[in-house]
Amino acid sequence: MRLTVAEQDNVQPAASTQAEATQAEATQAEATQAEATQAEATQAEVSAQPDLSGLAAPARELLNRLELALANFHPQVAALQDLPQVTVMSADLAKVCRVLKDDPGISASQLMCLACVDYEEYFQLVYMLHSIDPEGTMVIKADVTYDQPKAPSVASVWRAADWYEREAHDLFGVVFEGHPDLAPLLLYEGFEGFPGRKEFPFHEYQEF
Amino acid sequence: MTEASSKIAAAGEPMEMLLNMGPQHPSTHGVFRMVLQVDGEKILDSEPHIGYLHRGSEKLCEGEQYHQVITLFDRMDYIANFNNEMVYCMAVEKLMGLTVPERAEYVRVILCELNRIASHLLFVATMGLDAGAMTPSMICFRGRERVQALFEAVSGARMMHNYFRVGGIKEDLPENFGEMVGELLPLLRADVEESDKLLTFNEIFLARLKNVGAISTEDALDYGFTGPCLRACGVDYDLRKAQPYSVYDRFEFDVPVGLDGDCWDRHYVRVQEMYESLKIVEQALEQMAEGNIASSLGRRLIRPPKGEVYVRAENPRGELGVYLVSDGTDKPYRLKVRPPSFCNLSAIRHLLRNTWIADSVVILGSLDIVLGEVDR
Repeated sequence: MRLTVAEQDNVQPAASTQAEATQAEATQAEATQAEATQAEATQAEVSAQPDLSGLAAPARELLNRLELALANFHPQVAALQDLPQVTVMSADLAKVCRVLKDDPGISASQLMCLACVDYEEYFQLVYMLHSIDPEGTMVIKADVTYDQPKAPSVASVWRAADWYEREAHDLFGVVFEGHPDLAPLLLYEGFEGFPGRKEFPFHEYQEF
Repeated sequence: MTEASSKIAAAGEPMEMLLNMGPQHPSTHGVFRMVLQVDGEKILDSEPHIGYLHRGSEKLCEGEQYHQVITLFDRMDYIANFNNEMVYCMAVEKLMGLTVPERAEYVRVILCELNRIASHLLFVATMGLDAGAMTPSMICFRGRERVQALFEAVSGARMMHNYFRVGGIKEDLPENFGEMVGELLPLLRADVEESDKLLTFNEIFLARLKNVGAISTEDALDYGFTGPCLRACGVDYDLRKAQPYSVYDRFEFDVPVGLDGDCWDRHYVRVQEMYESLKIVEQALEQMAEGNIASSLGRRLIRPPKGEVYVRAENPRGELGVYLVSDGTDKPYRLKVRPPSFCNLSAIRHLLRNTWIADSVVILGSLDIVLGEVDR
């Protein structure tokens, strides 16, 4: 998956020839980008405080409300670009989601997206929640182990979670405890392996 | 057949049977299968089966460079290609902190809104066909063809355009673009009006769609409805208004909402949206100025910085979200798409309960699904 150093070296000259006409501009932009990355890195080193600079005032307010509502669950707050983000323990997920849906100050009425990310040592579940009134989008994250990936189901909180969890179960093998029926959704019955995972080969297909 | 149907039922006793609908069925709008548990003409329960078009697009994105991914987005919601490309480009641009030149933004908005009209025209055509009206579909397809001819002149392809780029667009518009759109708009408006007049308040059409497949606002939110399906329930929420992206804050347009959340409202909201989109195109064409069409950084082989981003936009079918994780290389580490049809379709079991078999076709049609993005 990841490019090796040698491959990266191959790629670089080709790219710069392509952009010869705009090279001066591009180099400048690249320099700015590099500066920004450096600044980011130093900031991370200096303090363990999360970088909340991307959050606008309403998002920051929402983050405060989230922190308050989830005080019992030891939330770790951060920002995903312009969205407030809270990381919780995976075992608390169902309770956390129930609180967020029922809390009148947050009222996360919609589960917009459930993404599972394979970080090779662990999986991360990312829930995008949305509330229409008061308007706000928030991100809830929880890590699950690689060997025994399981998390409590939130299908009882939002029915939208039903298919999302079946999809994550199909592609990544995450078991959602309490889900009514984790039957294959996108894959056929009897498919072996979890094609969403990084370890799943790209070009070796199963006969069906 | 099933056990239930092999038994001889006594008079008046319910006789249940399973009825398989799809995957090759003209009214499933793609390859989608439902198993209906019916008692006579009444649907007691249903079991939707998706995944016939699953190509692992999200996984494929992890093996492609950032610019190559655009072609995969074309093939997800293949009725609204420009809108799909736009959301992906917005995600990468946000991650890189790129600003798109103003002209490129206007080009994108014009093409996206025309694509919305083309998509909704296809919806009206198939909605009419599902309800038994043949003629409006001819008019709708004529209008759609006009839009696609323009798309071909701009991008070289009728459907899989691959025209947007991270940081702008591929190349500038043809010289006579303004005239082409100027000629297209009155014709398109005439097509929309004609199909609208023929279909929307037709008595048979009303009888087939009104009070059929209604969903309450609470249920709609619970199932993650977005876009016209949610607005048909009376929720005034459109991302172009609520969280204006691109240059949508510079246009005046209304957000049509329904009342009852039934099939007819879902149809009517879309019809009204076409008129609003026409308004946006007219305004954008007026405001558009000459200028750059792509930022210099976007043209090169790109490597966004490490990080994550979640971007969403109002597509014809609802809210398309892209969650992008970058590890600093030239390929995305993970790309999760939140397809609007996926959520809208997940409510089909709820919608079909205790309806008639004949209504199942219009209920499914009114959700306006594209299986390419449901299955990905």
